[in-house]
Amino acid sequence: MAAIAGTKSSLTWAVHLSVAALVLLWIFPTAGLLVSSFRTTDQIRSSGWWAAMFPATANETLRAADPDDFRVDLGDGRFAVSGNLYVEDGSVETPDDVQAVIQVWGTSSRAIDAFVPGDTADLGDGETITVQSNGDYVWEGDDDQMSGRGQRVFVTAESPPEFTLNNYQNVLFDPANREGMAQAFFNTLTVTIPATIIPILVAAFAAYALAWMDFPGRALLIAFVVALLVVPLQLALIPLLQLHNDIGIGKGYLGVWLAHTGFGMPLAIYLLRNYMVGLPRDIIENAKVDGATDFQIFVKIILPLSFPALASFAIFQFLWTWNDLLVALVFLIDATGQTTVMTRQIVELLGTRGGDWEILATSAFVSIAVPLVVFFLMQRYLVRGLLAGSVK
Amino acid sequence: MNPAVQGLITIIIGVGGCVGYFYFSNQILDKFIFPATGPQAGRNISRANAVRPWLFLFPALFALSLYLAYPVFETLRLSLTDRNAGGAFVGLDNYTQMFGEDKFWEAVRNNLLWLLIVPAASTAFGLLAAQLTDRISWGNIAKSLIFMPMAISFVGAAVIFKLIYDARPEDMAQIGIMNAVYLQLGGESPITWLTVPFWNNIFLMVVLIWIQTGFAMVILSAALRGIPEETIEAAIIDGANPFQVFFKIKMPQIAGTIVVVWTTITIVVLKVFDIVFAMTNGQWETQVLANYMYDKLFRANDWGVGSASAIIIMLMVTPILVWNVYNARKEMR
Amino acid sequence: MASLLLTDVAKSYGKVEVLKNIDLDIKTGELIVFVGPSGCGKSTLLRMIAGLESISSGDFQIDGERMNEVPPSKRGIAMVFQSYALYPHMTVRDNMSFSLQIAKMSKKEIDERVAKAARILQLEQYLDRLPKALSGGQRQRVAIGRSIVRDPKVYLFDEPLSNLDAALRVDTRIEIAQLKEDMPNSTMIYVTHDQVEAMTLATRIVVLNNVTHTIGQVGTPLELYEKPKNTFVAQFIGSPKMNLLEATVTGVGDSTEVKLTHGETVTVPIPSNGASVGDKVEFGIRPEDFLVADDGADVIYSGEALYTEKLGEVTVVYLKGGAGVSPLIAKIPGIAHVKKGETLHLTGAPEKMHLFAGDGESFLYK
Repeated sequence: MAAIAGTKSSLTWAVHLSVAALVLLWIFPTAGLLVSSFRTTDQIRSSGWWAAMFPATANETLRAADPDDFRVDLGDGRFAVSGNLYVEDGSVETPDDVQAVIQVWGTSSRAIDAFVPGDTADLGDGETITVQSNGDYVWEGDDDQMSGRGQRVFVTAESPPEFTLNNYQNVLFDPANREGMAQAFFNTLTVTIPATIIPILVAAFAAYALAWMDFPGRALLIAFVVALLVVPLQLALIPLLQLHNDIGIGKGYLGVWLAHTGFGMPLAIYLLRNYMVGLPRDIIENAKVDGATDFQIFVKIILPLSFPALASFAIFQFLWTWNDLLVALVFLIDATGQTTVMTRQIVELLGTRGGDWEILATSAFVSIAVPLVVFFLMQRYLVRGLLAGSVK
Repeated sequence: MNPAVQGLITIIIGVGGCVGYFYFSNQILDKFIFPATGPQAGRNISRANAVRPWLFLFPALFALSLYLAYPVFETLRLSLTDRNAGGAFVGLDNYTQMFGEDKFWEAVRNNLLWLLIVPAASTAFGLLAAQLTDRISWGNIAKSLIFMPMAISFVGAAVIFKLIYDARPEDMAQIGIMNAVYLQLGGESPITWLTVPFWNNIFLMVVLIWIQTGFAMVILSAALRGIPEETIEAAIIDGANPFQVFFKIKMPQIAGTIVVVWTTITIVVLKVFDIVFAMTNGQWETQVLANYMYDKLFRANDWGVGSASAIIIMLMVTPILVWNVYNARKEMR
Repeated sequence: MASLLLTDVAKSYGKVEVLKNIDLDIKTGELIVFVGPSGCGKSTLLRMIAGLESISSGDFQIDGERMNEVPPSKRGIAMVFQSYALYPHMTVRDNMSFSLQIAKMSKKEIDERVAKAARILQLEQYLDRLPKALSGGQRQRVAIGRSIVRDPKVYLFDEPLSNLDAALRVDTRIEIAQLKEDMPNSTMIYVTHDQVEAMTLATRIVVLNNVTHTIGQVGTPLELYEKPKNTFVAQFIGSPKMNLLEATVTGVGDSTEVKLTHGETVTVPIPSNGASVGDKVEFGIRPEDFLVADDGADVIYSGEALYTEKLGEVTVVYLKGGAGVSPLIAKIPGIAHVKKGETLHLTGAPEKMHLFAGDGESFLYK
């Protein structure tokens, strides 16, 4: 298209801009969560996350050091206190650590922007104070003036963006944190891996039979699978929970593994069959002429060649089981709460800690990080699977 | 036993069991039941080949039947019984009771609203994104980013959007972008968006649209690429402008795919549970059927009405089910 | 070392018959080629021999043993597919040894056989490559190698050259011919739609008829060319196809005299074999057997030139064929300058003429 003569370049720019706008709109929500998870509680409370990317301007009231302890005799009855406002404040250790840059300052709350850094403020009767942009100050005056409390200085300073890993430390690695995600993370993993691997094999055999073996009723069975693709799993909750209780599985990992296996089966069979049907007939017939049995053909020819489809389904099932809430609620999580999964943990947090965004954001990001990694690494297979899996 | 170890053992038993089952059942069939030797070798081989597909199919069919087919009928039965009366048959009492509840009609109304808006919006945005990204050099990166929410759980998305809709008291800094923008634009005081009836439904739908647009985009983009380039070039030579090319040449050729995307998202919408459960739990008139059902089943412990509402969901899915089966059968011929 | 015998074999899918009355006796060491237009069932017949398609009725034997129900791998056959059907995930070596491994042959023996086949086919340096890293011709040779290692009784080739480009096709055809010479005792069956392949490779050709779904004729390449059994074979073998002209018998005996509906009266040196005067017959002559008549020669046909194709070595002339009749074709050696509309007088050697009865059967086989 781009090569066609006479295409207007303004239109091309419009396309670029619209796509950029669309992309920004789509990643903005996730970015908010990600950024928030790296901010301190105070930061989250004091400004929107989008402000975290830019230097923040804040007004602060700082105080010079106590003249009774720190003043230096200059002779002639004059005394001086010097130091750094931020060091006196205790927010940094040394003047070198100061990140804020003072824009304007003042000595009275009615004129907090009276001076710029480097100015010397005349406090009357020969008392002066000079403040530099990094908070260094020199305060001079006579004996009477240089006593009592330190001089107040109102500063308007710009601080660079600041991020912290403390939230992750807290949510993941603090063993004392009962709302932590570490246990839930491992529980989720424990649910996910068997629930991803087991259905693949079972489905692959069935898919081979439906794709390449001739038997009466095959078309009917394929229709059966297609029909089950859309059956809402809500219908399965009570009957199966009852069944699990009756046969003694109850609520627990075994139950949730079986449930995920069953619920994932239609898509698995459908995806794999569609893929296997597309394999060249000649290759399979050649293997038959070569003397391979159906079992050998399946293991040695079909399985290796179906790798893309197997990977597609594996990603689907992984994302689905990892992100699932409903099946875990019904089949896994019992009254003790020992087997809670991350999605459940987050819903709990939404209820109990609804305003504590540093915990919520961090926990949510912990739970979506793994799927995102899988997504970006395996996107090719995911797309392929989607294309094969949507009923045509 | 540590669940991780238990999981590992399950994988081994599961995978090993499957392989073992398939291998040995084939062996038994070929070596003992219908051995391919002796005077009846030929007949035995064809008999073994007639049985073999069922060996391959059995575990999957068992799982399908038990976990999806049986529950449909069992749920139907439960919806006609009363658990408190020891499972006695009560006819349509559960349905009558359900139809008498305002919350149920609210859920039905909201579900219909979801069905109307989410598939349409997702498909439209997906089509727009597909069409635009196909024409630029960094389109694949753009696609990847728009597609990304697909990987995020509904619960994760709920948290993400709760942050967006967050409201704080008037004198504090607004950390939800909605309120920040609203106040910037001259709004008087922050609004707790999720408690505003009707509109809160839309705010919940936005979450699903945000997730499903990527799906629609990926499928539609593939369909757009599948359109023969010649038809587009012919249209350009015929003097069609880009909009005419899109609406008169491309759209008709991907109509089938649009239907597929639409129905697939429709099914997702009908099952939507997590988003509502996590964000409002059906309060402030945002109830939907799946969450209503969960409420009945596990909070009110009313299995009869819960099952009845599940059957309603099933009924709403059925037209798509029939359509899919019809198409699949047509394609196989 | 194998002979094949097909007796009244037929194949049908439901009510649709694709092959019937197939009788064929293939002897050890023959290279039999199945040819025919598309839809004649030649590939189906090959696949029935391979065991990939069931035989609906009739009897099929290899070395006197009934094979109808024997699975493909037990028939002692090897097959080279049109698409080569190489296993894409296996190296050349693994592709060639797959069937031997399935047969649980010893590692040493497998290695020897693969090495030998690789040597014959000059594939030695490619053994550890995957099929996708090979050229079309090399893939073709791997496919052949895969059958050689099995040392089968019968080799089956299903249009093995059709995926190669023209130049490579000629080379590979010659290689197959040499391969056959090196293995004089192996029996080969080869399916193609390409006449040249059939004529050059075959010891005998089986022409299958796509209308009657039966065998049109079985014979050596030259038999089919010189003495076609019916109009179907006559027109299928040879390019451009044989001219057929409507005629009426005017004299019978050891030779037959016919009057061409749109031409002259011709005496053909073929016995009448029971035909009688007045019978409607078809007179056949190949384009390359037409000669431009010198003065005084017996003219068979005179016609107006419609169109000429100058190919260099020959000139093909299309002549008006009379009302409602398709044009006749004459192939004149060298470059002939024939103007459009010019009338050509054609003659031909009597022994190159063919006569077919009303049912399409040749007088020769009556």
